[in-house]
Amino acid sequence: MLVPLLAVLTAVVVGGVVIVAVGGNPFFAYIGLIQGSFGSAKALSETAVWATPYIFAGLAVALAFKGGLFNIGAEGQLAFGAVTAALIGYALPDWLGTDLPAIIHIPLAVGLGALAGALWAAIPGALKAYTGGHEVINTIMMNYIALNLTSFLLNGPMRDPNPIDLSAQTPEIALSARIPPLFEGLRFHWGFILALVVAFLVYILIWKTTLGFEIRTVGSNPDAAQYAGINVKRTIVISMALSGLLAGMAGTIEVTALNYRHELGFSIGYGFDAIAIALLGKTHPLGVVLAAILFGAMRNGATRMQFLTQIPVDVISVIQALILLFVAADAIIRYIYRFKTRGERVVLTRGWGG
Amino acid sequence: MDWKRFSFITLVIVLLFTVVVLVGSAAQKPVVIIASMLATTLTVATPLTLGALSGIFCERSGVVNIGIEGMMLTAAFFGWLAAIYMNSIFGFSSMPSLIVGVLFAILSSVLMSLLHAVLSVTFKVDQIIGGTVINILAVGVTGFLNRQLFFEKGSVFGGNVPHAPGTLPIIHVPVQEGVEAICKLTGGTEGCQTLANAFGKVFDQQPITIAAILLVILSHFILFKTRWGLRTRAVGEHPRAADTLGINVQRMRYLNVLIGGVMAGLAGAYFTLESVPSFEPVMTNGRGFIALAAMIFGNWTPFGAWAASLVFGAAQALQINMQVFRDVIPAQWTILQNSYVVGLTPYILTMIILTGIIGKTIPPAADGQPYEK
Repeated sequence: MLVPLLAVLTAVVVGGVVIVAVGGNPFFAYIGLIQGSFGSAKALSETAVWATPYIFAGLAVALAFKGGLFNIGAEGQLAFGAVTAALIGYALPDWLGTDLPAIIHIPLAVGLGALAGALWAAIPGALKAYTGGHEVINTIMMNYIALNLTSFLLNGPMRDPNPIDLSAQTPEIALSARIPPLFEGLRFHWGFILALVVAFLVYILIWKTTLGFEIRTVGSNPDAAQYAGINVKRTIVISMALSGLLAGMAGTIEVTALNYRHELGFSIGYGFDAIAIALLGKTHPLGVVLAAILFGAMRNGATRMQFLTQIPVDVISVIQALILLFVAADAIIRYIYRFKTRGERVVLTRGWGG
Repeated sequence: MDWKRFSFITLVIVLLFTVVVLVGSAAQKPVVIIASMLATTLTVATPLTLGALSGIFCERSGVVNIGIEGMMLTAAFFGWLAAIYMNSIFGFSSMPSLIVGVLFAILSSVLMSLLHAVLSVTFKVDQIIGGTVINILAVGVTGFLNRQLFFEKGSVFGGNVPHAPGTLPIIHVPVQEGVEAICKLTGGTEGCQTLANAFGKVFDQQPITIAAILLVILSHFILFKTRWGLRTRAVGEHPRAADTLGINVQRMRYLNVLIGGVMAGLAGAYFTLESVPSFEPVMTNGRGFIALAAMIFGNWTPFGAWAASLVFGAAQALQINMQVFRDVIPAQWTILQNSYVVGLTPYILTMIILTGIIGKTIPPAADGQPYEK
């Protein structure tokens, strides 16, 4: 717990230096950031709204790490999930020729969207398990393929026919596919609650089930797992698919509970943020939730910060990258604050040999 | 390079060229199309070739570097920024501005590679995570500075992006003159002259593209014909044995990662100083990762990686040419008009290549493992 906290603290200090370097006042900037993220009911609601996809995507990357896999492709899985959810959301009533009750339509949109994410991640998972093609490059390639495909769909077959809309986006989903907000007048929605429930389920899955044990064993030592009779290849595919399922959820919830449509370019950046969140949370579900709320708060408060100090919101990306740097290289943190190194080193990923 | 991978590369390139010739034949002579495809392939393969060389130097010394994408992006931004400062603020003319731009591109990339070396060699951070840190840092820093310097009120350029000093000039390589001379000697037919006209300009390229080809040859020489190369490969294959023989493993790894930084910096300069005279956030578009696939498919050798880069280059040249010929594409092939669909080719090729069905390649034995003395 100490290292992530010190990493955040150090990143905030270094970020302050960056703000001074570009001619801003770091104290006003950080006050703006805190006001904008926790200062009012609306600010809190928006922080939760921002944190929701971060929780899902962070859990996705964290779960893959547990299985010894590095999923850089959360972005593509998220986009593919979101496109699918949007399609089910606006087109299914037309296909069936009848309106659907929300109790059926919402689970269908969310479930199929999540499945689409799972499928998108299972492909690099299977390539890893059966051919050894490294998941780092393959998930990145799947990101670009997803980006091209969604560009194609959102500019062509799935484009909103309404001529007033000039941007590439799908039509709005049907009312019956929308997850309602919790309170009138705030955007805070049930998706956040669902994210917390899913985080708890991921905890149960990883630590309390046989499948979770298999995933962890394959992750820490595939040879030992093989000797113990675990089907390593199958476990790798399942780990990736579950990871993609969670990333797909991030996209579907944004579509069904917040934007009510999928827009081009909405998914960009989530994949990298998710990695930072998973590492900051030490790949533990509770840590991921806390890290996601922190990142959500920063993104949300950045607007207020920009209003107060004219520092562009992009400075948040720099601070987040610094957080990741200090979390990943905890040796630097240990060196700066002079405390002992652990004896054991956790291997998160492996080289090309796979 | 074994026959399997060699024939795959030849086959894919021939296939891609054939498609373009068939589609474009309504508008252009085949020989002209082939020549233009060749030239485009060489051009667009440049960042991949240089990126792959960057990866080769790092990984031959035992350091996995997936941060090449980020190094390229950093270099693209800072090289462009330096060129603009020289040109718009200090009032230098285009050529010196561009040269300073290239130098700053390399410098910024080398600084990023130094960070990677500190993380992975000194602090022994998981190298894939270290590379990811570089990638994320690059997106954050370039995105932030781009906004802060150019698009904010009261910023240095007050919301106006100044005119960039253009791109690096084309260098004339006298291939045409050479072929024509041979034509004369052999009693020059008309066909010979047509060939000279068509292919004479293929190597008239901008300096970074030409440098990339020369660096492939130079890198091969350094890695396989010099003491430095032998030592580099030794610390990548068996660092303990190298250490026992008195080679400073950490030092070799540091220096090779920095050489990798130079290569990635030149690749980055290609984007903003040679290809187009502007910068866009995340403009490297995964080239750094495709370069790694080229490195793997090329079995960590400069010539192998170059050949693989040319395949990706040809795939991209296909996309570019489909836009050129979009009005003459036959009705049954309209799918080729869609740049999103055609644009998938390099990414799908990458994934096919990484499956190893076209010949498995073997990484350096100590690739990715920190060395504990």
